[in-house]
Amino acid sequence: MPYTAGEPGRTVPEEVRARIPGWGVDLDPKNPPAFPRERFDPDATGAHWDFPERQEEKWPRERSIEHKFLTPVFGTATPLHGLSGAIRRLAYRRYSEGRAAHWLLLIAGDRVDAVESHLRSLASARPDDPITESGVLSERRHRPIRSRFGRGRADVSHMWMDPVIIVGPWLLAGWLAFSLVKRVVGRRPA
Amino acid sequence: MRAMVYRGPYKVRVEEKDIPPIEHPNDAVVKVTMAAICGSDLHLYHGMMPDTRVGMTFGHEFIGVVEQVGSSVEHLKPGDRVMVPFNIFCGSCYFCVRGLYSNCHNVNANATAIGGIYGYSHTCGGYDGGQAEYVRVPFADVGPSIIPDWMDDEDALLLTDALPTGYFGAQLGDIDEGDTVVVFGAGPVGLFAAKSSWLMGAGRVIVIDHLDYRLEKARSFAQAEAFNFTEFDDIVVHLKKATDYLGADVAIDAVGAEADGNFTQHVTSAKLKLQGGSPVALNWAIDSVRKGGTVSVMGAYGPLFSAVKFGDAMNKGLTLRMNQCPVKRQWPRLFEHIQNGYLKPNDIVTHRLPLEHIGEGYHMFSAKLDDCIKPIVVPGAV
Repeated sequence: MPYTAGEPGRTVPEEVRARIPGWGVDLDPKNPPAFPRERFDPDATGAHWDFPERQEEKWPRERSIEHKFLTPVFGTATPLHGLSGAIRRLAYRRYSEGRAAHWLLLIAGDRVDAVESHLRSLASARPDDPITESGVLSERRHRPIRSRFGRGRADVSHMWMDPVIIVGPWLLAGWLAFSLVKRVVGRRPA
Repeated sequence: MRAMVYRGPYKVRVEEKDIPPIEHPNDAVVKVTMAAICGSDLHLYHGMMPDTRVGMTFGHEFIGVVEQVGSSVEHLKPGDRVMVPFNIFCGSCYFCVRGLYSNCHNVNANATAIGGIYGYSHTCGGYDGGQAEYVRVPFADVGPSIIPDWMDDEDALLLTDALPTGYFGAQLGDIDEGDTVVVFGAGPVGLFAAKSSWLMGAGRVIVIDHLDYRLEKARSFAQAEAFNFTEFDDIVVHLKKATDYLGADVAIDAVGAEADGNFTQHVTSAKLKLQGGSPVALNWAIDSVRKGGTVSVMGAYGPLFSAVKFGDAMNKGLTLRMNQCPVKRQWPRLFEHIQNGYLKPNDIVTHRLPLEHIGEGYHMFSAKLDDCIKPIVVPGAV
């Protein structure tokens, strides 16, 4: 009890030691897990360089302004492009990681990227497919009702928002497209 | 090659992409034999992580066979079966030589606050991940290890992130013999953290979650006491009562950004993206640990600020310890524990599916359908 000076019971019952295979094997402070921890030993890592050879920069690669230079190795997964690229480029060029603007601009760039990419897909041989890409077809084989209801799940309180967030933009895009077509058709001379 | 591709929040598909080339003399290209979907992939899937670009391939948990190596690779050759830690690291920078592999300074041009991670947005370096037939592995002489003959493939896969991260969470807790440890989150990492707490000498391990099937797993797999927070008016008060009003000695946050315990926090973070994560579990950890206790955090949070109860942590004199797990540092000891039978990682795998069905896999995992705890994807399977 914390209201007196006494130690709470710290003796581990024999029942626990017997029940848990390996109980306490990592308890010895002289033999800590994950040794060598913070030991200066470059040979232990497998690196055979002081500073790694530099990867070729095939296009202007964005970087945090908190770095002195472009790191010797970097990812090339998805180069900047379009309006989202301009937003992201601004975030990297103008703001450090310490500024909220940096991260909020990047998040905004992500949303613009999603819209841009979706529109671009409509003009491609493989447009986005809201059914297969949302994975909603997995509902039919994986107990959709039993998984969700009568089990006290906390996320039920906000689950109703998910379809709105997923389906909403598609409905909005469809409505906009329909309105546009209707307007163009309506303008035709009789 | 076939690869999972992100198409925007809540949308992924499998499409044809070029096999990644060697971009640096110490690169390898690995043919993926097995990959997993991680709970932190859901942060990307939900559009939470800044600079997650359409067209990116996710997946930081994978194993495979070396297909091709760059001109300076000395320790691997084509045909080697390798397990690849989720951290990308150079092995020679200020941080790497101090064992902080997850904080490598030479691999992430986009940020200094976090190291490089496969398939984890440009905030983590802009590398494609392993939910594909092939993946580029930088610093092949440093990161990957050859899978020992005795090791099961699924165990090797879980050693690339989930198990070492859970073990690391317990390690960060600095558990003393007999300590009471409370783990928030009964996903794969929380389950492994609970299991590992015993190996470090805990006297009592308590797990908190809201999904009954995961709590059942915490009881059977991790031999822990397990409570569903939705059954209590206030889980912090319950934990105080359960520890004779002292509080737990160690609290481990194995939840991270998208906690489900508070509607307002969830909406402002997961839905409106105005916080780097909903810190409900972290705040519960701060509140339920005893004064002078330790809070360990390896649940993943985004770089934006979160509304954390820092004043309580200060006034209680807590020690807060946290990081992304430096996976490779954990391997020698974990290999021993698996060989000795103390840990059996693949006991938590619940679903195995072909790469072509990964969209359904993401939805199933995200919506917690069919008692899903850990899904694995296999490229080339039908």
